[in-house]
Amino acid sequence: MTSFGRPLTRNEDPRLLRGEALFVDDVELPGLLHAAFLRSPHAHARLLAIDTAAARARPGVVAVVTAADLGEYWQPGPLLVPPPPVPGMEFHQRCQVPLVRDKARHVGEPVAMVLAESRYLAEDAVADILVDWESLPAVGDLEAALAADAPLVHDDLTSNVAARVHQARGDYAAAARAAHLVLKRRFTYDRGASIPMETRGIVADWDRRADRLTVWDTTQAPVVIRNGLAAMLGLSERQVRVVAPNIGGGFGPKMMMFYPEEVLVPWAALRLGRPVKWIEDRLEHFFATTHERSQIHDAEIALDAQGKILGVRDVFLHDTGAYDPYGLTVPLNSQCTLLGCYVVPAYDSAFTAVFTNRTLVTPYRGAGRQHGVFVMERLLDLAARALGIDRAEIRRRNFIPADAFPFDQGVIYQDFSRLSYDSGDYEPILDKALAAIGYDDFLARVQPTARAEGRALGIGLVCYVEGTGIGPYEGARVQVQGSGKVSLATGIGSQGQGHATAFAQVVAEQIGVDIRDVEVVTGDTDQFQWGVGTFASRGAVVAGSAAHEAAKVVRAKILRTAAAHFECAEADLVLADGAVTVAGTDRRIALGALAGLANPMRGAVTPGTEPGLEATRYFGPASGATASGVHAMILEIDRATLRPTILDYVVVHDCGTVINPLILAGQIHGGVAQGIGNAFFEKLAWDSEGQLLNASLADYLIPTALDVPRMRLEHTVTPSPLNPLGVKGAGEAGAIPVGALFAQAIEDALGLPARDIEIREMPLSPSRLWEITEGG
Amino acid sequence: MKITLRVNGTDHVREVEPRLLLSDFLRHEIGLTGTHVGCEHGVCGACTILWDGEPARACLAFAVQAEGHEIRTVESLSPGPGRLDALQQAFQDSHALQCGYCTPGILMTLTAFLAENPHPDEAAVREALSGNLCRCTGYQHIVDAVLRVAAA
Repeated sequence: MTSFGRPLTRNEDPRLLRGEALFVDDVELPGLLHAAFLRSPHAHARLLAIDTAAARARPGVVAVVTAADLGEYWQPGPLLVPPPPVPGMEFHQRCQVPLVRDKARHVGEPVAMVLAESRYLAEDAVADILVDWESLPAVGDLEAALAADAPLVHDDLTSNVAARVHQARGDYAAAARAAHLVLKRRFTYDRGASIPMETRGIVADWDRRADRLTVWDTTQAPVVIRNGLAAMLGLSERQVRVVAPNIGGGFGPKMMMFYPEEVLVPWAALRLGRPVKWIEDRLEHFFATTHERSQIHDAEIALDAQGKILGVRDVFLHDTGAYDPYGLTVPLNSQCTLLGCYVVPAYDSAFTAVFTNRTLVTPYRGAGRQHGVFVMERLLDLAARALGIDRAEIRRRNFIPADAFPFDQGVIYQDFSRLSYDSGDYEPILDKALAAIGYDDFLARVQPTARAEGRALGIGLVCYVEGTGIGPYEGARVQVQGSGKVSLATGIGSQGQGHATAFAQVVAEQIGVDIRDVEVVTGDTDQFQWGVGTFASRGAVVAGSAAHEAAKVVRAKILRTAAAHFECAEADLVLADGAVTVAGTDRRIALGALAGLANPMRGAVTPGTEPGLEATRYFGPASGATASGVHAMILEIDRATLRPTILDYVVVHDCGTVINPLILAGQIHGGVAQGIGNAFFEKLAWDSEGQLLNASLADYLIPTALDVPRMRLEHTVTPSPLNPLGVKGAGEAGAIPVGALFAQAIEDALGLPARDIEIREMPLSPSRLWEITEGG
Repeated sequence: MKITLRVNGTDHVREVEPRLLLSDFLRHEIGLTGTHVGCEHGVCGACTILWDGEPARACLAFAVQAEGHEIRTVESLSPGPGRLDALQQAFQDSHALQCGYCTPGILMTLTAFLAENPHPDEAAVREALSGNLCRCTGYQHIVDAVLRVAAA
């Protein structure tokens, strides 16, 4: 029976469940040194002098490293993503540095690295270092940062503008003049943090005899780290092995490159000739691992009397933090994703990315898409209300019709290709969601009954698209082993997505083996040399397609080799259950034995023979595959505490062909949970001096099992024409629409439209909701 | 100072500093790396172990305090090499883990919970689980796994 498309349990689970799986902090090596970092206590301060004498003198301390000790190795990090080819664009590249040399630009920026015989001693020595700081005024607020007299994050620039991008098509001014209704509002979306349960960590080991460096790194992109480290350290790529073993959650920030610690720990291992380990603690994580999500949008929508969108204009500010190594990925996602499931004849969008004295902003699950969806869905809610049209109906009227795909949105996306939706069919998704949540019945019966009892019940319903599966490429090597097992190696890393199972299903489908007999290797640059990384919901789409292509070639090799062995036609062969059989006979050879025959040592060698039952293939989609969906929710607000309780939550989702519904459900559940956190629990709070006020898990609350409801999932399937599997990414979809959903459902529950109160910001909390609804 | 800790039924004798955390002792002194550390301030629950049968945070205790107590870690759950116990098997069957980092602590919390409440309802499971943070699963499949064991 085929394994593709079935809800199979995971290959990776037994080791994880027994506590046997390797994570970075589990790596122990003889002679291991431990690193700890002194970090800037100031958001913005000039480094006048640093005295490390006492730290160096402490017993057990091997070295203390400051910027001056790095010499030529001290270089700003690389620009990971260059700015997009948008005419008239302005971009100022200012990348993070390994250690503060003259000025600290955010709290937590590393200033010195201590290397000692234990982490305990290293932290003792960090406290011995004396720094003379000249504290400078900090910029945090986006609009204040752009004031003429604002302190400059980067002294060599004339302002805190990091970038400006304007994209437009159609004539918005004409659309607004012709409109029956024009609505203009300000929307804000504040910062959050991804908080993987495993913080970041690195172990580096220089093997003098092998002349090789091995680095275990909690990265989502081991091949890119390998290449970059080799270049920085003056080594060949073959001299550097980067292993991303089991990673305890990534969500985007483990894709940032290069973190200062990633540059410094391998350097120290080479310099000192001893292995070095650094594991981030949770406090460091709050300051030193990248954040996401501060934007202010001034948006405007023009509609006709029937609620058809004529145009949208949006001007927004994006907080990029102290440096911008990730280019404009996040604000471009916001700009493009705002268009959503809808036909928007005229679109005019301009953003300004702003440097602030805060932790860097890089993609975190959703990666700016939330912001676009929030703005568009809120505008449609307000328009529906003004025009007296039902919320679901106004969306339906504006959907891109099913026969309009591929649908060109006419703007440049984060992968620099023109944003074009490959396939989709939105009305069936909406219909399923309305039926599943009981939309009509809720409005006609449930809500009025609850209101009569004094209960505040509301319903929400929002639509979204997610650009997934972008290029440029991934590769995969499939090989039949002598053991009869099939190996699959690919260059991406895994952080819990179930690649060892989903990719096994892709391979097993072609090669006719049990998925338990497919050994998937991800995240080891010695096993696969090429690749980009796990981000942008692209693993299954891009690496999965490469695995499919490689497995197809191996299947052909198996049949060719077996046909020669049995001296029969390939058409007479059956490949199943780990063996090849001549149909209708008992002549059978196991795949392991066949792999032996395919080894020229034992078989006939003809010139040009490629040994083994093995193939490597690469896959690069021309552009991303667009997934879509609808989330619907019924919630109740406690009128006394303003705490919401989610009574029902429905997700209807279209991510094309599904490889494993069980894993897909897990991805959606987890995304929704993060979306709920982002909507109602999680907000990084700063004071005016740029100090983070809630940098602990006791103060920055992520949802618990009591906060996340049971979710009901349904699917529709419009396969992507852009890859051989027809799949679209699913990793981020759960998280994207939740803010917009909360805003709508809360307004509905509390009857806010009747009081002319609108929710135009995320994240919320009970106290913030009280301020909005009662505090004036 | 020299201490003897009884972990998963075996005595381990080590010379340790008084400030050494129990979580670091388990992971780095005796190599039981299944116990994970997620916050080192007792909130996330990834380091949960059983201390005389009760769930406890290994990051909030010093190793020296554990002398004279029975400590159990995730490595003790498996009934034999390569095998899973009923709760571990239910976790696999229900897809109750993704990255697996929080999983050992959750297994220890729920092992103690199920010993006292063999047939809990969903509300009780969620209450028991609420002291452990998971960032991947949204908890639904973890709840399903526990209910699966409870129904068996």
